Amino acid sequence: MSSISKSISYSKGQLSMLVTLRVLIGWHFLYEGFTKLANPDWSSIGFLLDSKGPFAGLFQGLANSPGMLNTVDFLNVYGLIAIGLGLILGALTRPAIIAGIVLLVFYYLSHPPFVGITYAAPTEGKYLWVNKNLIEMIALAVLYVFPTGRIIGLDRLFFGSTEN
Amino acid sequence: MTMESDKNELNKPGKSRRDIIKSLATVPVLGAFAYGYYKKKKFDRNINAAILDDLGMDQGAPKHAVSASSGGKKIRIGIIGYGIRGTQLMKGAGFVHPDWIDSIRRAHEKNPADKRYPEYLEQEDLNIEVNGVCDIFDIRAERALDAAGNVGRKGTEAGREHKAKRYLTYKELLAAPDIDAVIIAAPDHWHGPITIEAARNGKHVYCEKPMTWTVEETYVVREEVKKNNIVFQLGHQGRQTESYFKAREAIQKNLLGDISLIEVTTNRNTPNGAWVYPIHPDASPENIDWKQFIGQAPWHDFSLERFFRWRCWWDYSTGLSGDLLTHEYDAMNQILDLGIPRYASSSGGIYYFKDGRTVPDVLQTVFEFPDKDLSMLYSASLASSKKRGKVIMGHDANMELGQSLTIMADRNSTRYAEKIKDKVIDLSRPIYSYIPGRKNVDAVSSATEQYFAGRGLLYTYRNGRRVDTTHLHIKEWLEAIRSGGKTSCNIDRGFEEAITAHMGTIAYREGRRTEWDADNEKII
Repeated sequence: MSSISKSISYSKGQLSMLVTLRVLIGWHFLYEGFTKLANPDWSSIGFLLDSKGPFAGLFQGLANSPGMLNTVDFLNVYGLIAIGLGLILGALTRPAIIAGIVLLVFYYLSHPPFVGITYAAPTEGKYLWVNKNLIEMIALAVLYVFPTGRIIGLDRLFFGSTEN
Repeated sequence: MTMESDKNELNKPGKSRRDIIKSLATVPVLGAFAYGYYKKKKFDRNINAAILDDLGMDQGAPKHAVSASSGGKKIRIGIIGYGIRGTQLMKGAGFVHPDWIDSIRRAHEKNPADKRYPEYLEQEDLNIEVNGVCDIFDIRAERALDAAGNVGRKGTEAGREHKAKRYLTYKELLAAPDIDAVIIAAPDHWHGPITIEAARNGKHVYCEKPMTWTVEETYVVREEVKKNNIVFQLGHQGRQTESYFKAREAIQKNLLGDISLIEVTTNRNTPNGAWVYPIHPDASPENIDWKQFIGQAPWHDFSLERFFRWRCWWDYSTGLSGDLLTHEYDAMNQILDLGIPRYASSSGGIYYFKDGRTVPDVLQTVFEFPDKDLSMLYSASLASSKKRGKVIMGHDANMELGQSLTIMADRNSTRYAEKIKDKVIDLSRPIYSYIPGRKNVDAVSSATEQYFAGRGLLYTYRNGRRVDTTHLHIKEWLEAIRSGGKTSCNIDRGFEEAITAHMGTIAYREGRRTEWDADNEKII
């Protein structure tokens, strides 16, 4: 509690970079969510079936159960949109960050960039252990420990400012 | 630090001007997002409109030939030949051995992703009963009886019930009064004689491809089927493939421009794919009616190899032409109404499977259709599975076919020249793609989506169900029997298929170019 609500002081540069990072990650989530929402044929089934690595069975199992698949698709699309809005607007920023990290953990574990694993989907870069999902996940973790929602964001309006 | 002091350090939720400005500072980002999103959607929509609307393609799923109902009169079936294909056909018709139910049920319990069991239980009941089975190998005949009696699609726990009668010869089965229609899955050299006899007995026929083994019987089969007014379906289940319907539409809308070349292929690389089928360990002259197997073929002493791997010998088989070329040809005939070619030439050899076979394992056959201004090349190897597609090449675009369908514009196209110049058409991406199961067709589906689809990871289900084209093909035949309708691979298409395959085979075996004399209906 104390660490969350304590007043924080950032330099102007620190604050603007942290907020920029938060908004850009939010943008990325929001656009991923919207493109899926806009495509009536979109489903996570291909992505899940293409899972590799130690947790592949779990993710493929989700794809193979129509009920679970619908739930996963729904949570993914609306989760991405809600997280994206939360990060951009700084609304319920911390829950949005945690949810974002959870999603990215799932993406990472379903498609880990381990030695000897290749995927059907083409990737745009070269990865060994570390990929962009992992980096985005850690960037969100950084935003968790350097919170900005109650300085620049709607959280300030509802929960009060933590600005010093 | 206590809560009290903690609170004191904080500013209370405030509504000062400064608070409001800072709270809403990032809201304009949403405006930018909305603008960007709108621009992107508009771009995609314009591309889609510029390409698809202009092409005039119907953007929905193809209309399926087979209707939904299987109501009305129960049709009484006989099955002749219960080998590999006969078993698959019976499965498509709704009758399987309890052993198989056991195995797919176990597989499903072990791995829920293996959906063959629930899917099979969901396969539509075609409202038929199997009253007669005929197989000249006792063990297979017994299994056919078990399958025919397995009306409830149960496993071995339900016990076995024999409802059908076993006939030792096809003639006795075809004379039975309690059989309306027969499924023929005997070796190639038996297709013609059994179909002729069935037609003369007024039984409707579903016959495996190729329609005939000799040229001569092709004419007789056609004559008897027509004369006796039976419903005939040739076993090219590809007729039910959704993407072929779309392909036909695309060709009719002239998306490809003038088509000059079609390339179709067979790419296999396993013993099973090369017809080296397993030999049943308990098979012997005691439980195989060898004399009946030989039939019109030249006499040969009893041979398990020849019995189980008959496709490897011209004595019983039609080789690559009859087994695999026919599927490819029939697909193209369905899409393009090719009819019988004017000329055929072939070359190839036995280059890999030097196991005593007489049919080639590598074959190239080229068919010429001068009245349509195009060639069709068939190229097959049984010793390399390098994937080569099914491609129709036109002046304006080419079409690649599989489960899905992709049309790419040609860089030197006349029709699309302006759009290519204006960058409306991107040559590295399809101008049209159709993936079965997708709700919409578009020109902007993502590379990832295409990739998944190509690997069969997406949309292998239609309306949430995996589709067995063999089941649909049998169903179409049964409905034609009930309603007096037409089958898609009827006797005229069958005649074209058989003559085309024979032209290729004769060209190979006699090392000469064959010609179809359409006026006299003769191969010269």
